Amino acid sequence: MGRITLTNIDRAYNKLKVLHDINLDIEDGEFMVLVGPSGCGKSTLLRLIAGLDKPSAGSIEIDGTDVTTVTAAERGLAMVFQSYALYPHMSVRKNLAFGLENQHMPKAEIEERIREAARMLEITDYLDRRPGQLSGGQKQRVAIGRAVVRNPTAFLLDEPLSNLDAELRISTRAELAALHNRLKTTMIYVTHDQVEAMTLADRIVVMRAGRIEQIGRPLDLYNAPANLFVAGFIGAPRMNLLSAKIVSVQGSSVTLEGPGGLTATVSADTASLKVGDDVTVGIRPHDITSIDAAASGEDHLDAEVTLVEALGPETVVHATIAGGLPLLAVLAGQPVAEEARTVRFRLNHEKLHLFDANGERVAAG
Amino acid sequence: MSRVLAFLTRRRGGKGWHWTDIVTWAWLVGGLIVMFGPALWLVFSSFKTPAALAEFPPTLLPVATQTVMVEGYDKPLELYRATTDDGETRTLAQIRRVGIIAQMVDPRDPGTVYKININDRVPVRSVDFATENYVEPMEKNDFTLYLRNSVFVTAIATIITLLTNSMAAFALSKYSFRGRDAVMLLIVATLMVPLPVLLVPLYSVVSTVGLFDTLWGVILPTVATPTGVFLLRQYMLTIPDELIDAARMDHASEWQIYWRIILPLAAPALAVLAIFSVVWRWNDFLWPLVVLSSKENYTLQVGLNTYAGELNVQWHFILAMTVVTMIPVVLVFTFLQRYITSGIAGSGLK
Amino acid sequence: MSSGNATSSRIGAAFAAPVTLAASLLNVPLKAWQKLTGNNGMAAFFLAPNMAIFGVFVLVPLVMNFVYSMTSGSGIFLGDRNFVGTGQYARLLECPNYLNPRGCREDLFWTAVHNTVLFVVLQVAFMTVVSMITALILNRRIPARGFWRAVFFFPVLLSPVVVGLIWRWILQRQGLLNFVLFETGFEPVDWLLDRDWAFAATIAVSVWAHMGFYTLILLAGLQAIPKDLYEAAEMDGTRPARVFWRITLPLLTPNLLVVIVLSLIRAVQIFDEAYVLTGGGPGTSTLYLTQYIYEVGFASLLRNPGLAAAASILMGAVLAGLTLIQLQMGRRGERKGKR
Repeated sequence: MGRITLTNIDRAYNKLKVLHDINLDIEDGEFMVLVGPSGCGKSTLLRLIAGLDKPSAGSIEIDGTDVTTVTAAERGLAMVFQSYALYPHMSVRKNLAFGLENQHMPKAEIEERIREAARMLEITDYLDRRPGQLSGGQKQRVAIGRAVVRNPTAFLLDEPLSNLDAELRISTRAELAALHNRLKTTMIYVTHDQVEAMTLADRIVVMRAGRIEQIGRPLDLYNAPANLFVAGFIGAPRMNLLSAKIVSVQGSSVTLEGPGGLTATVSADTASLKVGDDVTVGIRPHDITSIDAAASGEDHLDAEVTLVEALGPETVVHATIAGGLPLLAVLAGQPVAEEARTVRFRLNHEKLHLFDANGERVAAG
Repeated sequence: MSRVLAFLTRRRGGKGWHWTDIVTWAWLVGGLIVMFGPALWLVFSSFKTPAALAEFPPTLLPVATQTVMVEGYDKPLELYRATTDDGETRTLAQIRRVGIIAQMVDPRDPGTVYKININDRVPVRSVDFATENYVEPMEKNDFTLYLRNSVFVTAIATIITLLTNSMAAFALSKYSFRGRDAVMLLIVATLMVPLPVLLVPLYSVVSTVGLFDTLWGVILPTVATPTGVFLLRQYMLTIPDELIDAARMDHASEWQIYWRIILPLAAPALAVLAIFSVVWRWNDFLWPLVVLSSKENYTLQVGLNTYAGELNVQWHFILAMTVVTMIPVVLVFTFLQRYITSGIAGSGLK
Repeated sequence: MSSGNATSSRIGAAFAAPVTLAASLLNVPLKAWQKLTGNNGMAAFFLAPNMAIFGVFVLVPLVMNFVYSMTSGSGIFLGDRNFVGTGQYARLLECPNYLNPRGCREDLFWTAVHNTVLFVVLQVAFMTVVSMITALILNRRIPARGFWRAVFFFPVLLSPVVVGLIWRWILQRQGLLNFVLFETGFEPVDWLLDRDWAFAATIAVSVWAHMGFYTLILLAGLQAIPKDLYEAAEMDGTRPARVFWRITLPLLTPNLLVVIVLSLIRAVQIFDEAYVLTGGGPGTSTLYLTQYIYEVGFASLLRNPGLAAAASILMGAVLAGLTLIQLQMGRRGERKGKR
């Protein structure tokens, strides 16, 4: 129940293709998040799954049944819209009942479902109010309630938190996670916020320009991004990406030289690499420490500090490497770091990421 | 081209024809015929001669029988395709008709006279625009006079309307004074008093001030439009007060503020009101009908109605004059309708 | 592009020069006035022309109308008339059976009232339905919607005289409509010479001439309904008929009410196009209230301005009621919008 498979999905408007060959397999009961920048096609994909739009090519299956030509109403899915789309002239109760009435469900059962959903979402007190009388957070819960009463095969959520203020967003995020744990129904969630993706998802699909960049569990995406785009998109603050050149290749590792005096020897699949190749080294700000200026060896570089932000438990250091390249480091505690001074930074060797000239991750050797 | 076709055949059901699509296109095409058709029919009819107008069934385009000059005859003779006794069909010119026999000659060989039964001949016709329908009323001074009167009334009324309405709207939007609400209420109240309710006393008021049977008597009662004042006031409320304060700091007099700042900034709303006013005043009928009594002062609408009310209606002139009366509005429609429709939608359904 | 602009701006400048000169000249006395009376005085100045015209041509006649309605005689100036109190009203309302105009003392008045009431009910109902259907159709995803919208709006701009004449020409015994009927095998009808058909014609022509305006209002209302409500309804498995009755119509109701009230107000005043189309005939079958007032007040030989004034006051009362309703709706709409 709730297994959704997309095969070779294309979507084009006249000559403009917005989705290219999407293949996706969503497990039953999974919380899958589609994340990506504006215009990447994530909302379009969600609407294709919902049935509100038809693919130009490819097929969609729900629990093994091909539903590509089945209308939205008959797919048994429920959608929570970004703007909530509550019927403004009906009470909350009627909003919840509307879809069930369409299925000619007996009144007693409708009442029961509404009561249950209202209790779950804590909206029992507003059942007789109109949407115009509710706050943003309350409207959002009603929108979720409308989806819940239908006992759908899967929930589709289109940026449901983007219209809420910051504090409400955090608490609603927790409520959504709790709801998923309780109902154990498949949820497909679209957002542009990678924090929501990281915290809510069982698996994340990172999309860009109509293509899937990577699918995986949140920590897998964090620890082993498949390309430069995912590396820069997932994780805040952004990963530092430094251009480097390969200076020697040995067996299952390469040695490279980078800006600020950086040299590093990294375990890598050397099959496609040779001396002189351009590569990109990635290191997350949290994986950098500062060391004594006199220390020598690999995995360190020098940079001039431009701004120090002391937050208490950690210190954010903005620096510039020779040549104007920016470096961001988040150092634990309160190390002394003065502006306009050159500091030697050590990059955690275990956490170095290597990307080839095409931006693809280089596997370990 | 295929893109145009795809565009035209966009449908609700995607690939198949849904019944709502059929209804939609039927309604739209039907609407096109019903809305434009009558006006088009008017135009075509206006170019027909009285004889062609009397025909039933009528032809779509104005047609007239072709004529030809034949040697030996002074006037042009009408051409027919006739079947002669020997069974042949020739193109002949008719000299005269006596009873059911028409005397006809071949234009190229006028010596022989054929006697053809009128049932055996069919006129040779071609499209011919009887422009004299338009020219004659112009020459009979009345019509140009009516035209001049209508133009005068429309233009002057619009100018006065724009001026007085904008001044009042300025006062009501940017000044606060005791009694402002009372004035607003008064203006709103006049919305409830349409012309038929004022007809009788208005007539005597206009006569008393000596404006009976004058064009100014037509103009003045119509210019203080409450709709216009509201429209302009609504727009002027969106002009920031700081602009006016800055101008006052710059030693501008209130009149200068009105003339140099408010009016130019309110130009879009003024344009919409101007269009409305032109259409309203050009189309006014009941009031000019009541106030004007001498023919020289008639506006187009009243003059048209008078001609159409005569015992012996000369449709070919009336149709032509109706088309001329229709032209300014059609021009407004073609070039400016987008402003009108956005003006209506924007004014909040006044 | 630039040369066109240069010419038009030069023409504009030529017109503008004397106008701006006049405005600057006016500034001198007005500045003095402003110094003398301050901003309030200036506000009074700006209001003066408009209010003067209102006063002379609307308010004074309005008051006078009440006075007229209480006088009798055939002179047009109040001085030549006699005061009769409520005599004219009594005369108008003297009716053994209000449903039978011919039995009333002023049978012409009651005929006009009956005709007008019937006209108003039928025309408003018919026009509302037609406008609604057209608005629904224009709201769909059709190409060149602006063009189709303009198509239905075209007759709204035509002068009523032109409208009346066009249709008089088409509805003649030998006119276009009969030709089409004849060709399609139907019997031609003498539209304007048959009492009932002439009445129907005034309704149909009036709907033809005005529906575009109301279609615009309804279309604006339809387009204000958020699209995702329809998508939510689609996800809810709602059938199209139910979508219309439970979602579209309730949300369109405010606009619908405005359309109905506005068209009621206009329909009660029907005159121009009907007068040109049928002149009130055949007989009195298309005689409406405004024409009655016009004829009894001025045109007929047996004119009776007092009676006409009384009739117009009665008509005005009905219209005032309708306009009040319209204004109330407008104010309620504003309050709702502010939330």
